[in-house]
Amino acid sequence: MNDSSDQSPLLRIQNLTRQYPSPDGDGQLTVFENANFEIKRGEFVCIIGHSGCGKSTIMNILAGLDKASDGAVIMDNQEISGPSLDRGVVFQNYSLLPWMSALNNVIFGVKARYPDWTRKQVRAHAYKHLKQVGLVDGAEHRKPAQLSGGMRQRVSIARAFAIQPKLLLLDEPFGALDALTRGTIQDQLIEVWSGSDQTVFMITHDVDEAMLLADRILLMSNGPMATVAESVVIDIPRPRNRGDIIHHPAYYETRNHLVEFLTSRSKKLALQNAGNPTPKNQLPTTVYPAKSVRSELSTEPDADPDPDQTTAEISPLSDNQQRESSVFSTSGTNNSTVQTPIRATLKASNPGAAS
Amino acid sequence: MSDALKAPILSLILLFAVLGIWEGITPTVKDAAEMTEYELLMGGASQEARVPPPSAIAAKAVEELSDPFYDNGPNDKGIGIQVAYSVYRVLSGYFFAALVAIPLGFLIGMSPLAYKALDPFIQVLRPISPLAWMPLALFVIKDSEASAIFVIFICSIWPMLINTAFGVANVRQDWVNVARTHELSNLKTAATVILPAAAPTILTGMRISIGIAWLVIVAAEMLVGGTGVGYYVWNEWNNLDLTSVIFSILVIGVVGMLLDTIFAQVQKVVAYHE
Repeated sequence: MNDSSDQSPLLRIQNLTRQYPSPDGDGQLTVFENANFEIKRGEFVCIIGHSGCGKSTIMNILAGLDKASDGAVIMDNQEISGPSLDRGVVFQNYSLLPWMSALNNVIFGVKARYPDWTRKQVRAHAYKHLKQVGLVDGAEHRKPAQLSGGMRQRVSIARAFAIQPKLLLLDEPFGALDALTRGTIQDQLIEVWSGSDQTVFMITHDVDEAMLLADRILLMSNGPMATVAESVVIDIPRPRNRGDIIHHPAYYETRNHLVEFLTSRSKKLALQNAGNPTPKNQLPTTVYPAKSVRSELSTEPDADPDPDQTTAEISPLSDNQQRESSVFSTSGTNNSTVQTPIRATLKASNPGAAS
Repeated sequence: MSDALKAPILSLILLFAVLGIWEGITPTVKDAAEMTEYELLMGGASQEARVPPPSAIAAKAVEELSDPFYDNGPNDKGIGIQVAYSVYRVLSGYFFAALVAIPLGFLIGMSPLAYKALDPFIQVLRPISPLAWMPLALFVIKDSEASAIFVIFICSIWPMLINTAFGVANVRQDWVNVARTHELSNLKTAATVILPAAAPTILTGMRISIGIAWLVIVAAEMLVGGTGVGYYVWNEWNNLDLTSVIFSILVIGVVGMLLDTIFAQVQKVVAYHE
């Protein structure tokens, strides 16, 4: 996906550590320690980990809203300090200004980014980005309170894309949305993103969402003393479609790997890390879970899948617990997709997605 | 009947019931002209002053309101002129109070240090009755007009100050973060994010203040004298003209309500739903 891999990375996180004064008064509580990773230009990277591993803290440090206890964030060969328009943020709770209409919220961002533009230019630019997320024809004049959660998040995404940041930070942007709305907006996000050369860093709890969107997924071990343990390459060609992606041979290998990490290995790693400090300057292991599948794969990427599979068991998308508690076997086997009775969740819960 | 009509109709019924009872229990006083000279000399006229009936007050109201702006010298001015003086004093004192309270409230709200440093002063000064300032004001300012305005200033400053500080301090961090990630300067953040976010709370403080200011002006004008609706009440009391006293009480109520309504409307404009 990335044809700019030869360039220097846009973002380099070095030995990032965040400690808080522990609640009992003495000593420090380390949320995460010596996190190291890089993000290339134009790359879409998701970070997944259990609650409390410090994902949101990493996000806030990248946004410049929080300060690291140690380590550095380097963007374009410059250490970041404080918030900047080069790093746009979409917060989980939308963070639209409630006294402004949707349009004015986007204009607010555009004006901050391009203070020299005329009113007309600002307005046209704002409209262009609202149109990309399908929020025109009257809805743009409504206040956030009069919009649904999904529409609000679309305004938020429009505002973030409108300021054309070098790095776009998404903090669980779909966490508060129902599964159907989430699917639609994910599609819209891909659409807007693929039309740009935007670099995106996104927090999510949802493995399927991450696989649909990301080039690479960073996995964090459980906190405290969390680390960025693995960098999993999603080897599924784009354009991806939630209906077809599940038939791709690499899909289940990758998904199993991710789920297995989240259900058991993240805990084991946390236990291992409990005693000994995390080494410095160590990049996460890069994993290609679908490598075996890839090599076996014929030159035809769209091997026609068994049509029966789509009618498999349906379960709500947002049910993380259920997903995490289900047992998956990875164990490095080569036999790929067909054996596991996995739910065709995305397709089944969002029939209108294939656009 | 629709519910929207029920309440006003009930209000009217209550009003007429109270007025009717009031009118009924007030004995009619014989007109002095109808008494003989002997009766007058023997004190045939009523010995006690009575609260006048509503009909007399209504007649007085018609008389006063048909020519509200006449001016027959210092002791006889129309009710319109008196109200205008009072409103002028309230608004000027209130204006200066807002000029001080809102910026200071912003400072206190944005800086925990300023809040802690100024809090003891506010806590001591706030509970002082505004009229307690009057002697000091008269001595220092040496002008009764300006002293009345000062008293309004000092009484309306506190609710505005405290509400502004509270509103500013409690602006949602998310919105401040939006301003920060958009690299807005402090001044711009204050103007485009914090002010609109805190505006409903600030307006509530301003509405409380204007209410208090209107309460206080009547008392202040009774002390200061000369003009104003407070002075008018006191003057009519000295004239033993209870009809005018009750009429002016009603006028004070109506003007207070109008001032409050204006602020209620402004409050609606700045209100927002999250």
